[in-house]
Amino acid sequence: MMKFKITEVVVTFLSRLYCNTSLIMVVLCKANCGNKGVLKRPKTSDVLCKECFFKAFELEIHETITRNKLFKSGQRVAIAASGGKDSTVLAHVMKVLNERYSYNLKLILLSIDEGITGYRDDSLETVKQNRDDYQMELKILSYEELYGWTMDRIVEQIGRSNNCTFCGVFRRQALDRGAKMLEVDCVATGHNADDIAETVLMNILRGDIARLRRCTDICTSGGEDSIPRVKPLKYTYEKEIVMYAHFKKLVYFSTECIFAPNAYRGHARAFLKDLEKVRPSVIMDIIHSGEQMRFKDTIKKQIRGICQTCGFVSSCQPCKACILLEGLNRGLPKLGIGKKSKGDRMKAQQDLEKLHRVKNDF
Amino acid sequence: MDITLDFGGGAEVLFNNIKKRELKLDDGTKWTLRSFLQYMKDNLLTDRLELFMQGESVRPGILVLVNDTDWELLGELDYEIQPKDTISFISTLHGG
Repeated sequence: MMKFKITEVVVTFLSRLYCNTSLIMVVLCKANCGNKGVLKRPKTSDVLCKECFFKAFELEIHETITRNKLFKSGQRVAIAASGGKDSTVLAHVMKVLNERYSYNLKLILLSIDEGITGYRDDSLETVKQNRDDYQMELKILSYEELYGWTMDRIVEQIGRSNNCTFCGVFRRQALDRGAKMLEVDCVATGHNADDIAETVLMNILRGDIARLRRCTDICTSGGEDSIPRVKPLKYTYEKEIVMYAHFKKLVYFSTECIFAPNAYRGHARAFLKDLEKVRPSVIMDIIHSGEQMRFKDTIKKQIRGICQTCGFVSSCQPCKACILLEGLNRGLPKLGIGKKSKGDRMKAQQDLEKLHRVKNDF
Repeated sequence: MDITLDFGGGAEVLFNNIKKRELKLDDGTKWTLRSFLQYMKDNLLTDRLELFMQGESVRPGILVLVNDTDWELLGELDYEIQPKDTISFISTLHGG
């Protein structure tokens, strides 16, 4: 311990000396490896060199996986891959850890093609690159084949106000469907610490207690019939994910979805980034707060069941995906948006009009 | 003095979608990252200012590296740019 402190003093002294003589400032790696530090870890404020950063980054994810028992030896695991930074880093790290610590997992990439021209078709190229680089099987499932609708066509129907609702609901279910097709034991997603902290904030701001209760879960499973989802990057900072990808020269896709302004999340995100600037630990602190919250028994707990129409996980009957799809196919795209009673009225109205039309024909 | 400018993670979108460029900075003056950001704002930025800057610094969520070292270790805005430096701006705010 003492030795450690002395070295720290020497390093501080040296860096000051360098600074005063207006030479380039050098801060050494905290792990005492003698290398030049390249970044300050937001979670711990430790200065690390590239190699020690890689080790620490990978080890922490390994500890998250083992401490929470996310996988069992011999399992088939789908990695939800969008071609973005998080899933690219997840796929890379999962491959590294699977080999280094003999997890004995069969890793498969699972991608969803929403059918957004100029966005998803480009990012899928990145996923195909991942497939070749990491020698993993890749399954691409499209909204078109699952639902008969691409996002491009859905946007033509609904406009640019509620399109993200469709995309989010359909993607969630598409991952479940893909997981079932691939016969995997679980799906790993690239949600990082910043995403989760953001979601905690958003759920608080919206008073969405049901989601607040479950959004910090590292493993979500909806009962015996559904395939669990796990978040190995739950405690990994976005900054470190980007730094890791940069230093490892991983290629990822970083274009914003052309349809997604997602304004509300944007506010939570900007707020969080501002807070992080003054207090980097805030991201872990918010996740911790979310994890420790306890809820009154009087608050209704959502019970996850199975949609009787399509057979996939849902907490309502029929599931949201089925309602949205029915709306699209009836030419009433707003059907699943807003209150159920409003939707029922729209359907009744349409049925009535149809009835009248038939009568007039006679 | 010659320097290299590098954009990644979507930050290039704010600079005419050019990922890498070589720049010649006026040798007569001392360049800090503070003054260089102003230069970028006036000469290179092609998208909305608030997407790149907040106050006199970069918008939180955009990482700055000099020769692959986090600028937080180099004094951030006060860092004095050296000839042949490679300055990278990497957005963490795009996609996922």
